[in-house]
Amino acid sequence: MTSFFLNGKSVTVDDDPSTPLLWVIRDSLGLTGTKFGCGMALCGACTVHLDGNALRSCVAPLSRVAGKRVTTIEGLSNDESHPLQRAWIEIDVPQCGYCQSGQIMSAAILLKENSKPTNKDIDEAMSGNICRCGTYSRIRRAIHRAAEIAAEKRSS
Amino acid sequence: MSRLDERLKTRQELPTADPSVVVSAKATRMARRDFLKTTAAVGGGLCIAAYVAELAARPLPNAPANATVFAPNAFVRIAADESVTVIANHSEMGQGIYTSLPMLLNEELEANWSRIKIEAAPVDAAYNHTVFGIQMTGGSTTTPSEWERFRKMGAMARVMLIDAAAQKWGVPASECHVEKGVVIHAASGKKATYGSLADAASQLKPPANVPLKDPKQFTLIGKPTRRLDTPSKVNGAAQFGLDVRLPGMLFALVARPPVFGGKVVSFDATETLKIPGVRAVEQIPSGVAVVAERYWPAKLGREKLKISWDDGPGANLSTSQMLVDFSKLSASPGTIARKTGDPAAALAGAAKTITAEYDVPYLAHAMMEPLNCVIDLRSDGCEIWTGTQFETVDRANAARTAGLAPEKVKLNTTLLGGGFGRRANPASDFVIEAVNVAKVAKAPVKVVWTREDDIAGGWYRPMWHDRFVVGLDAAGNPIAWTHTIVGQSITEGTAFAPYTINKDGVDSTSVEGAADLLYGIPNLQVDLHSPKIGVPVQWWRSVGHSHTGFSVEGFFDEMAHAGGKDPYELRRKLLANQPRMSAVLQLVAEKAGWGKPLPPSRGRGIATHFSFDSYVAQVIEASVDKDGTVRVRRVVCAVDCGRTVNPDIVKAQMEGGIIFGLTAALKTEITLEEGRVQQHNFYDYPMLRMFESPEIEVYIVPSEENPTGVGEPSVPPVAPALANAIFAATGKRVRRLPIRASELAAGSEAKS
Repeated sequence: MTSFFLNGKSVTVDDDPSTPLLWVIRDSLGLTGTKFGCGMALCGACTVHLDGNALRSCVAPLSRVAGKRVTTIEGLSNDESHPLQRAWIEIDVPQCGYCQSGQIMSAAILLKENSKPTNKDIDEAMSGNICRCGTYSRIRRAIHRAAEIAAEKRSS
Repeated sequence: MSRLDERLKTRQELPTADPSVVVSAKATRMARRDFLKTTAAVGGGLCIAAYVAELAARPLPNAPANATVFAPNAFVRIAADESVTVIANHSEMGQGIYTSLPMLLNEELEANWSRIKIEAAPVDAAYNHTVFGIQMTGGSTTTPSEWERFRKMGAMARVMLIDAAAQKWGVPASECHVEKGVVIHAASGKKATYGSLADAASQLKPPANVPLKDPKQFTLIGKPTRRLDTPSKVNGAAQFGLDVRLPGMLFALVARPPVFGGKVVSFDATETLKIPGVRAVEQIPSGVAVVAERYWPAKLGREKLKISWDDGPGANLSTSQMLVDFSKLSASPGTIARKTGDPAAALAGAAKTITAEYDVPYLAHAMMEPLNCVIDLRSDGCEIWTGTQFETVDRANAARTAGLAPEKVKLNTTLLGGGFGRRANPASDFVIEAVNVAKVAKAPVKVVWTREDDIAGGWYRPMWHDRFVVGLDAAGNPIAWTHTIVGQSITEGTAFAPYTINKDGVDSTSVEGAADLLYGIPNLQVDLHSPKIGVPVQWWRSVGHSHTGFSVEGFFDEMAHAGGKDPYELRRKLLANQPRMSAVLQLVAEKAGWGKPLPPSRGRGIATHFSFDSYVAQVIEASVDKDGTVRVRRVVCAVDCGRTVNPDIVKAQMEGGIIFGLTAALKTEITLEEGRVQQHNFYDYPMLRMFESPEIEVYIVPSEENPTGVGEPSVPPVAPALANAIFAATGKRVRRLPIRASELAAGSEAKS
């Protein structure tokens, strides 16, 4: 049995501790917003947060998160109110949408650490996430927009 | 007899490789060259009217039990709670049709846009593509197929709601109008919401014919409108095939042969069965299935399998050998696809001739969501959940595999995590396999492909070789153009062959973008060799255009330089009789600042391409580092795709197609040696990433023509525009994709 906090709630699962967290979240806990894309930490579709850092859940064994706090896209907000979600909607970033949970989770760490990222900062933070539909230019715009929204929130 | 009469008269159900799959004879016009003409005829009203009458008279496949829901036709339901459900007969794979289809319908219905919901259609003839005659999504044809039908369906519902209100109030319907889901009788001030009229409208007979708005009155079509599916795609709620869960569902992976066409000789599952959670290991027609309680034990179990394979003749396949063989083959003309004038005589009399050969590799689609399929197979029926582009075909093939009648198979189309053609498989490979797995799993089962399965799994864009010989006159103008194409047919042996392959054996999808060259060159020949090779091939975003765009437009640049012409000016001159392409070309040149100075070491390349009845031109600015690394700085794109339904979605599709095209130009190839695919995952089949993603500008030419394709036409011009920019920057000519840094590095030999 392994216990950890998923989106603020304590959960306990009986998966083998070597099972990648991705499959625990998806198959055992039923939260499917976190996606499988490559299984090798190459595409970023499985990105979640572990104690406030980005984690590629497809290669992270369950044992690594025991007792820790994991946040998935479902836990980012409960009403699409996170500045990134608002910006993503405003700019209509997603096409197929499959990679976008991972994109947003990666961008959330960037914004947490850097409230006003430059294009270069975005390149560095976001190049681990692949989008086959090619929404990169909109992701870039949306991250800048989210930074603005977050700044407005802070000043209001 | 008009074309339409002829078509209706000859309409028949044609037998296919699988007798349970029927394709309407309308699909004989499937060759994309003819598509616009066909839509013009089919969309002219008669056929749509027939649809309306037919649907009004028949029970609806998705009719709700609740009587207070108004369902005037198969495409819309209005409930007492004011919700309006639009039923989408095409799959959403990112191209935005879950927004543009409701926009078409609601342009006429005029319901409150914020109450619109979207639902995937079940499989039913009512939902067949208006041209291809089967339920499917592909060929960049969703909007062209539904442009009239969805507006008709919305108009029908509106008229019935107005009639219901007018009867209730005892006033003439002609005195009523609608605004945002409310019927209004202005003279009396009476108002009624659509939801409150749902019951009464349900009692009315659908009108036979409803006139549509003059496009000048459009309030929704043509306006940038936010996508309806975005909120669900930023909060994890969107349900793709891989997200489907059923009670008691098992998971399966399949070990497939390492060589195409290989067979299982024997296997040893001892170690696999020791893994906790593995339930069964069974041979199926496509390999060996490992069934487990979860994905992970199935994955581990597959790794432990010991399988002895009979590779068969596929073990001899080598793409490096094919490169040589294709080039040899192209030295002699193939089967004529198009011939005008006397190219041989014109070449003989030319002041100068130039020749070049172009190569592109096999390519995998690499959708972000790997293939998957959930099957609940019972003795009396089967239910399927999958992201497919090919509902009619998949249901028929699943039914045949399960030994059931097609109507006993319920297929649920989920969202698609990308499609690009892979999920429109004429053989239904991933669906048939899942049915076979379900037979041995003896429980509901989800079959999952890993990324490695996807990359090595075949059904690629074919490898192509193109050879050109062109003659110029003394002034440098082209007087003869010959183009020999070598590559596998993607439709041979499929149910589509009768519609795509002509009596001479020319597959129209092999020569599209070449045989329909828009440039005015007086003597022209395009011919084709279609070698038979045991690698499964398929349509891949922009299909044949994905190679002809590169070769034709790359070679055009060579031809312009050989004749001392500016590549833009020569295009303008030779497109003098093509007003729509001319306009697109001039727009892109103006926006890109063609001819204006560039920063040092930067080059500018231009390309045009006509595909899916849309006109696209692009200018790319690029530079090349000393080590040969290509930097794409700026992409300017102009498009004429007829009237736009949602300009922002058109822009998004152009942007996405450009990134897709850049990945093909710079990154990816599938190669085979000893029959084995050499690529595995994104480390050796890499995608373009954020740091390589250029600035993209898209300009749409305003048009009052009917809408044409949007999802694919921005792909073909990308690679040639980039290759031409690299030539401008370095003097090195790129004739083979993907572009290799080693061939562009300082000190490497210039090719031209």
